[in-house]
Amino acid sequence: MGQLLFTRDHEWVRLEGGVATVGITHHAAEALGDLVFVELPDLGRPVMAGETVAVVESVKAASDVYAPLSGTVIEVNQALADDPALGNRDPGGEGWFYKLALETDPDLSGLLDIHEYRALLEE
Amino acid sequence: MRGSVLEQELLSAPSDALKTTPLDALHREQGARMVPFAGWSMPVQYKAGIIAEHLHCRARAGLFDVSHMGQISLRGQGADRELEALVPADIARLPRGRQRYTQFLNQAGGIIDDLMVSRLAGRLFLVVNAANATRDLDHLRIFLPPQIEVIAHPERALLALQGPRAGSVLARFVPATSAMRFMDVIEDRIMGEDAVISRSGYTGEDGFEISLPAGIAEKFARALLECPEVALVGLGARDTLRLEAGLCLHGQDIGPKINPIAAGLGWSIPRRRRMMGDFTGADAVRAALRDGVSHKRVGIRPEGRAVARAHTAIVDQNGDVLGEVCSGGFSPTLNAPIAMGYVRFDRVGVGSQIFLQVRGQNLPAQIVDLPFVAQQYRKED
Repeated sequence: MGQLLFTRDHEWVRLEGGVATVGITHHAAEALGDLVFVELPDLGRPVMAGETVAVVESVKAASDVYAPLSGTVIEVNQALADDPALGNRDPGGEGWFYKLALETDPDLSGLLDIHEYRALLEE
Repeated sequence: MRGSVLEQELLSAPSDALKTTPLDALHREQGARMVPFAGWSMPVQYKAGIIAEHLHCRARAGLFDVSHMGQISLRGQGADRELEALVPADIARLPRGRQRYTQFLNQAGGIIDDLMVSRLAGRLFLVVNAANATRDLDHLRIFLPPQIEVIAHPERALLALQGPRAGSVLARFVPATSAMRFMDVIEDRIMGEDAVISRSGYTGEDGFEISLPAGIAEKFARALLECPEVALVGLGARDTLRLEAGLCLHGQDIGPKINPIAAGLGWSIPRRRRMMGDFTGADAVRAALRDGVSHKRVGIRPEGRAVARAHTAIVDQNGDVLGEVCSGGFSPTLNAPIAMGYVRFDRVGVGSQIFLQVRGQNLPAQIVDLPFVAQQYRKED
């Protein structure tokens, strides 16, 4: 399944062979509540780590989704855009947002492992 | 990801300065997510979530804890005439057992607060917004003559039971409610205690608001929840329900800088009051009626699925500003975004295409009639 990492902004990143799949964590989906709109990035868009690449709206509010790493958008989850509630039902799986083709040797130093992320939630 | 809700969830430590309602323990037991609201700890949603709670209220019966709202009695000879100096509704001729919607206005005709006024035996009974309750009490005590007693009711809870099954449910507990029509008010007994029940609410559905002593509120709420039609609904769905019904939220859609004519609330000011002009703010209201207003509150249907929130700029095809969104959200009933906003009525009207500036894009939308979802009030027997 590759390596699973997290950001401090409650995204998850799965690294597999130079490709990062990005989604929002279960905690984030819970905190946002019912998702009603997801705006995904254009295919082929180059993004820098920390840049806003997607928007997710719940009934209550809009939130930006940031790029955890630099790369190029190579795939977006159209099923999520068509049915944003997928992001509540399965945030860590079917509710993924987009995939990035990474640069060689991506800098993973800003990301958290599962233990560090859990510690962040408990703070 | 980053956004207001998440930040609030993660950063705000629970504050012990918040007031709690008599149903606090019930909310927590039912898995409510509690948030600070107007100085109160209130349930924004339960386990079902805002959309499910919203749809339940439209289909069956939703139970809301609105005990944070201010309940006020006015006693004393001539309280009705005296209150008329502060609000533009017809209070003097309000029959016993009836309720009216009105507003406290300032000298400029701006809306200090909006409220419900009922005539009960020997008193007027007011329900005001939580965020303004203290200010409203001051306003009443300052401007009403000393012989009118202004009594706050922190000892009472307020529940709302709303939805197509609200009538059949409440009739099991208070049979007299089955004869009530929209905006009727009765005083009756619930669990042996004094209750004030109005057939009104803030959802666009048929339903009731029930004022009862705090001491029996949880017991009565649990009894209602025993009915299979009834489920708890939080403030999140209360907001989406009222927005679908085209109802104003004070502090967002109406406020001290907006007069009732611009807000589309002219229907709540009867002819006698307009003619006499004997209420605070009357000059401004009459000027607005005579000369018209630059901006009016309208309904807005965005074409896509993106939600336009409050303060979103409304522009024309050339990018010229027409106004601003005051309330925007997602309609679970229509499964689409909806909004209300103030627009220049000399430039656009119902049916006009407009554009909403969301995240740097101009999203097409249309001005529509309010409400978005037809009101279901019980006006006939």
